[in-house]
Amino acid sequence: MLYFSKLRIISVIIFTIIFSYFAFSNFIKFDDKFFSKNINLGLDLQGGSYLLLEIDNQPVITQKLQAKIIELKRYFKEKEISLKNFSLKENTILFEASDNEFENVKNILNDKESDINAYYQQYKSHEFDVSENGNFFNLTYSRYGLVLLKNSSLDQAIEIVRRRVDEVGTNEPNILKRGNDRILVELPGLDDPNRIKSLLGKTANLTFQFISQNNEESFGTEKLSFEDGSRDAIVGKRIILSGDNLIDAKPTMNTETNETVVSFSLDRVGAKKFGRATSTGVGKQLAIVLDGKIISAPTIREPIISGSGQISGGFTFQSATDLALLLRSGALPAPLNIIEERTVGPDLGQDSIDAGILSLIIGFLLVILFMIYKYRTFGLIANLALVSNLFLLIGILTLFEATLTLPGIAGIILTVGMAVDANVLIFERIKEETKNEKNPIIAFDAGYTKSRTTILDANITTLIAAFILFFMGSGPVKGFSVTLGVGILTTLFSVYFIARLLTSFYVVRNKDKEQLL
Amino acid sequence: MTNISFNKFYRQFNVLSLILIVVSLVFLIFKGLNYGVDFKGGTLIELRTTDKTNNISLIRDSFNQMNLGDVSVKKFGNETDFIVKFEKQNSNDPEFIKNIQNKLSSSIGDVDFRRVENVGPKVSSELLKSGIIAISLSLAAMLLYIWIRFEWQFSLGAILAIFHDVIITLGIFSIFSLEINLSIVAAVLTIVGYSMNDTVVIFDRVRENLRKYSDIKIFDLTNISINETLSRTIITSVTTLLALLSIYLFGGEILKGFSLAMILGVIFGTYSSIYIANPILVALNVSQRTIVKEEKD
Repeated sequence: MLYFSKLRIISVIIFTIIFSYFAFSNFIKFDDKFFSKNINLGLDLQGGSYLLLEIDNQPVITQKLQAKIIELKRYFKEKEISLKNFSLKENTILFEASDNEFENVKNILNDKESDINAYYQQYKSHEFDVSENGNFFNLTYSRYGLVLLKNSSLDQAIEIVRRRVDEVGTNEPNILKRGNDRILVELPGLDDPNRIKSLLGKTANLTFQFISQNNEESFGTEKLSFEDGSRDAIVGKRIILSGDNLIDAKPTMNTETNETVVSFSLDRVGAKKFGRATSTGVGKQLAIVLDGKIISAPTIREPIISGSGQISGGFTFQSATDLALLLRSGALPAPLNIIEERTVGPDLGQDSIDAGILSLIIGFLLVILFMIYKYRTFGLIANLALVSNLFLLIGILTLFEATLTLPGIAGIILTVGMAVDANVLIFERIKEETKNEKNPIIAFDAGYTKSRTTILDANITTLIAAFILFFMGSGPVKGFSVTLGVGILTTLFSVYFIARLLTSFYVVRNKDKEQLL
Repeated sequence: MTNISFNKFYRQFNVLSLILIVVSLVFLIFKGLNYGVDFKGGTLIELRTTDKTNNISLIRDSFNQMNLGDVSVKKFGNETDFIVKFEKQNSNDPEFIKNIQNKLSSSIGDVDFRRVENVGPKVSSELLKSGIIAISLSLAAMLLYIWIRFEWQFSLGAILAIFHDVIITLGIFSIFSLEINLSIVAAVLTIVGYSMNDTVVIFDRVRENLRKYSDIKIFDLTNISINETLSRTIITSVTTLLALLSIYLFGGEILKGFSLAMILGVIFGTYSSIYIANPILVALNVSQRTIVKEEKD
């Protein structure tokens, strides 16, 4: 066990130097990207905001089911099968078929090839589960249908969230999917998340609808209130134009009224629609509706055919900027709720770093002094192994650009405390062996061999705990499991390669001395 | 090598441990744990005031006027730093935190919100569930590992020792109403690993000695094994405690609960590997035959 080949010695040294170099590269600036790797600091250390958003898919489901009803009605009308009593209750489509048509309808609904089941041809499963209740059919989303719906609305939402966050221009945001209805947004260095939160909290569904004068609109009417809460208005349900047709929006100053407005431009289809609507509607009031609230309702004085216009609504420059941003980045498919938020200010982050480093240094010194006191020369060897262990650990974390959190720093300090265990087990074993064995080389060899299974057992148990924590833990705690787990690997390396190398050098040189340990 | 008769006191310490476990369980069942916002939901604000005359009751009064549900205020390290926790969480309203800060500034002067955590009820119950799963999973994994490596008598001893450590540590948290948050779950998992580690070292030696001395009874054999590994047990506990103590004293307020849980866990883990794990081997009458049988298999 004490013999080392030259090749092995050289590779241990090179390996240690490389990782120590990476550990140091955190503190040195390099121009080259490969050489200037850094440990990422977690949000709890560099300050920033962590937001967990959940999509409320209910509106999307209702919308899709309504569309499905229209599709069913049209389809069966073409087949000249009359169905009646269509309704939508608790996410279930209900309709009634007459006795003699019942089997026919059932076959069509279950037919994999029929045009009404376009979904089946694409995904090889039914989008809806069909059940019967008397002459009534009940259609609900199947598990797969729902998964697909959620995934597609999540994909859309994540894209919109990314655009909105990018538009605000924060520093390296991290936007990730979580499950099938959640989005994780990490915003490092952001001190005040209020603006982002208010931007992400809006669906930004923009529509232009006429204000109804005499309740006789063909699509029906609805009562909507003004954004400022001042009054309500009856608005025609017909949507003249929606935010989908917008290609640009920006805050500008209206020179006539000296008011901040949002000016927008439309794509060709939108411009056409808008032109037609405004030429027939001269004299009418056009309500500009955002997420079910009327921003303003100007009266159309002349047809607008240029494909651009302005939205006024008593904006400040900030609110006009935000509205323009929302309109540019597009509407969310469904509302997002913030279900978890964690924000750490940058000065607290810095305090945590300082406290973490201070306790690391003190803990490290205490352990080192204790080891020298207990083992003298071999304490020095164990300490050298400990120092290189620390460098290796930080080096590996740096190389893989792992995220260091405050509990992660605690994990490093804990590793320092527990890492000496392996060397202690070996040294204690050697002491025992020395009692029966006069030749120190044989005694040391036996010490290493006999303690090996114990050391492996002891470290594997901690590694198991770290693994489970890694897969179950979240955020900062995950950082702890990473440093703890990597710490065990570097500990084993530093004990079995570095400390053993040094021990063997020392023992071979001093084999004639009495009582080496 | 030391020669302390640990085995003379097996019975007394087992009674003591039993009492501690019963007391812990009584507290855990009737008083319960003081869950932080991670597991209970709600809002946590760490704030720093500029006015040094502000005290806990003044801050509590200002928060109570805002209708936020149950409010708790605690000092947090510095004289000017406080932790405020309340039930209400409304992260969907982007103005929610801002409004609180504005109202607070008008009543007690400028305040800096250094940390804000806002956890909804759905997330907190999920976090609690995954915390419990993580701890159970780690216990199961340890059981499996030691079952593969040792005979069942040893597994039982090790697992009971771990349960002992976890229950008493959580019991102490319950008695003193210390907060349970995500980092405590991490601490408990690490305690499980550490306690196991400590027990395995002694068990390895017991097994080795069972092979070596066929004529010594398990009662004395455990004592020999404890003594042979004692200096390692002490040195490792001391270095680990030194590191933890350094985190506790200098690592800042956020890590206090974590390092305290770990310190308790290391102390009880070391104790239990001597006084829980070993007496169980004695009670189960482990002998050379126990391990010889395994080697034949």
